[in-house]
Amino acid sequence: MEHTISVLVENRFGVLARVAGLFSARGFNITSLTVGETEDPSVSRMTIVVEGDDRILEQVSKQLNKLIDIITVQDLTKKGFVERELILVTVKADSKTRPEIEQIAEGNEAKILNAGKDLLTIELLGAGKQVKEFIELLKPFGITELVRSGRIAVGKE
Amino acid sequence: MTGAEILVKSLIKEKVEILFGYPGGSVLPIFDELFEAPIRFVLTRHEQAAAHAADGYARATGKVGVCIATSGPGGTNLVTGIATAYMDSIPMVAITGQVPTRMIGNDAFQEADITGITRPITKHNYLVEDVKDFARIIKEAFYLARSGRPGPILIDVPKDISMAEAEFNYPDEIDIRTYHPTYDGHPGQIKRAILAIAESKRPIIYAGGGLIISGANQELKEFVEKTRIPVTTTLLGLGGFPSNHKLSLGMLGMHGTQYANHAIMESDLIIAVGARFDDRVTGRVKDFAPQAKIIHLDIDPTSISKNIKADIPIVGDVKRILAAMNKKIAPPSIEKWQKKIQDWKEKYPLTYKNDGQDIRPQYVIEQIYEATKGAAIITTEVGQNQMWAAQFYQYAQPRTFLSSGGLGTMGYGFPAAIGAQLGRPDKIVFDIAGDGSIQMNIQELTTAVGSQAPVKVAILNNSCLGMVRQWQELFYRKRYSGTCLTNPDFVKVAEAFGAVGIEINKKEEVRPAIEKALKINKPVFLNFKVVEEENVFPMVPAGASLKEMISGLA
Repeated sequence: MEHTISVLVENRFGVLARVAGLFSARGFNITSLTVGETEDPSVSRMTIVVEGDDRILEQVSKQLNKLIDIITVQDLTKKGFVERELILVTVKADSKTRPEIEQIAEGNEAKILNAGKDLLTIELLGAGKQVKEFIELLKPFGITELVRSGRIAVGKE
Repeated sequence: MTGAEILVKSLIKEKVEILFGYPGGSVLPIFDELFEAPIRFVLTRHEQAAAHAADGYARATGKVGVCIATSGPGGTNLVTGIATAYMDSIPMVAITGQVPTRMIGNDAFQEADITGITRPITKHNYLVEDVKDFARIIKEAFYLARSGRPGPILIDVPKDISMAEAEFNYPDEIDIRTYHPTYDGHPGQIKRAILAIAESKRPIIYAGGGLIISGANQELKEFVEKTRIPVTTTLLGLGGFPSNHKLSLGMLGMHGTQYANHAIMESDLIIAVGARFDDRVTGRVKDFAPQAKIIHLDIDPTSISKNIKADIPIVGDVKRILAAMNKKIAPPSIEKWQKKIQDWKEKYPLTYKNDGQDIRPQYVIEQIYEATKGAAIITTEVGQNQMWAAQFYQYAQPRTFLSSGGLGTMGYGFPAAIGAQLGRPDKIVFDIAGDGSIQMNIQELTTAVGSQAPVKVAILNNSCLGMVRQWQELFYRKRYSGTCLTNPDFVKVAEAFGAVGIEINKKEEVRPAIEKALKINKPVFLNFKVVEEENVFPMVPAGASLKEMISGLA
């Protein structure tokens, strides 16, 4: 099962390497990882999406907590959260397929950022499931490039 | 004050009395400061030995061991020693020089990214970026090394930081907002544990290295006296409970006693005290102690339910938890269980073939035990020597058995013995070695002689890498690939270094040679020519259940 973990860390040199090293050394799989400064510039937030059962998640969370530079670790999956991912996707589009692609984009509130002769570059902002489905819809047209921001998430009250 | 002065003054503030290491270009300013400092510097002949000596000093004394090396190869040579300390939770501070700040990342001469390299084998590490932070970093390093679950901390010091000036203010207080180990056990969990113990019919205590680190041996003794629950220990737990106590089952696991393994497999309650259910202890995990409920006391939450699911986890310092439990504990009714264990002890004693004139390695260990009246500090290398030292010397006190348990580092025992001896000059220190292992840090004879550490080394010389050869005999059709050794004359080697060498070829010479060595106030190599194809038994094959023991004699 997929878990979204929110980790507050010291905004310090080497912290990302410590976290990444921990995942690789202990064989945990990262689906996505994002890092950015929080409202407090001495603190960064990492949002990590991990694949694993409860036992693995318990270890991931304990091992992260054990790192000296980590402030808090929260498994958002337990209490509910909202998440967003931004993707930029370039897809093949000729005169025949273009209207269909534009329709898919419109239906998903995606923006067309660049329209070339044979290609369309589209921006989509959405939750994990929506992003996944959107990519599936575009696949048959031929995706030439896909860039994903990784997911960010906030726990619900 | 320069960075180098700050470092040395800080070490004095931390009451560091001895420093093991090796100089080099990027630590020159630090060594210049050490020249007249009131800290003893011990020059090892390889940086790896400096780390092991600091580790041996830490294990023998309970204080933080400190080692120092230069940048690049100096640091990389420390790596095995740091990893050894990390696996066994040993408090250590390792200081490395680094190329000047402006050259970092340029592949400068003797540059290595040592903080990157040691990240997975340290509890934490630091690269000093500003001399103003240096004192605080040192304070934090010593605090982190010795508190919570101890471990090695590395501080990487660029040469320009050693030379830069700052005011010296050694902080009195520590404030690490992310680090707050739990020391007191949760009262609700302790209550549940006490209840489970009262209801148990076949309980067993399984104690590990955490017991010794915590200094909880008195609390454990009281707990056992109140409950009469039998105790088995891990390799690193040896000495935490007296081996000759009626309720001691000795060591469990791959080369544990048959009665300890029978007892843990048939138990209905395991009280794990500062132990981590390592694979050498559990055997095949899915078959481990199938009827047992598990109470797990450990200061490190990651150790709990990592390999074996705990039913009643109690996070905290085991000394405090046991003390809290002792106030309320009620003895369970376990007479039948005690009788059963007593029967196992009589039926399956730990033994070996001890006839004829051949020297059995187990016999050598027993003679060392008798000659030292069980009061020595024993260090070991890794392999058969380590297992026989664990099985046939009776440990009565904590911090008297020093061995690389987690990492299994050959070459550990000799430099660790030097560190232990310098930390405990009042003690006899004996390294139980193999002819393979001793050659991994044999150059430290110079260090032992030069620092007047009169350690004794018992080389159980079977002309092969015994443990690997044993596995080849049992599981690889006696194809002794890479395990037969051509050895130097160890007596001559010892003499060439200014130590004493004694060769022992007959059984009747064993005891007199040990007695003689104990009277010599110098390092001594005792070269025991032992039976070559002797095996360590009992044995649980790798990946098998503890029930599938090979008993050897039986």
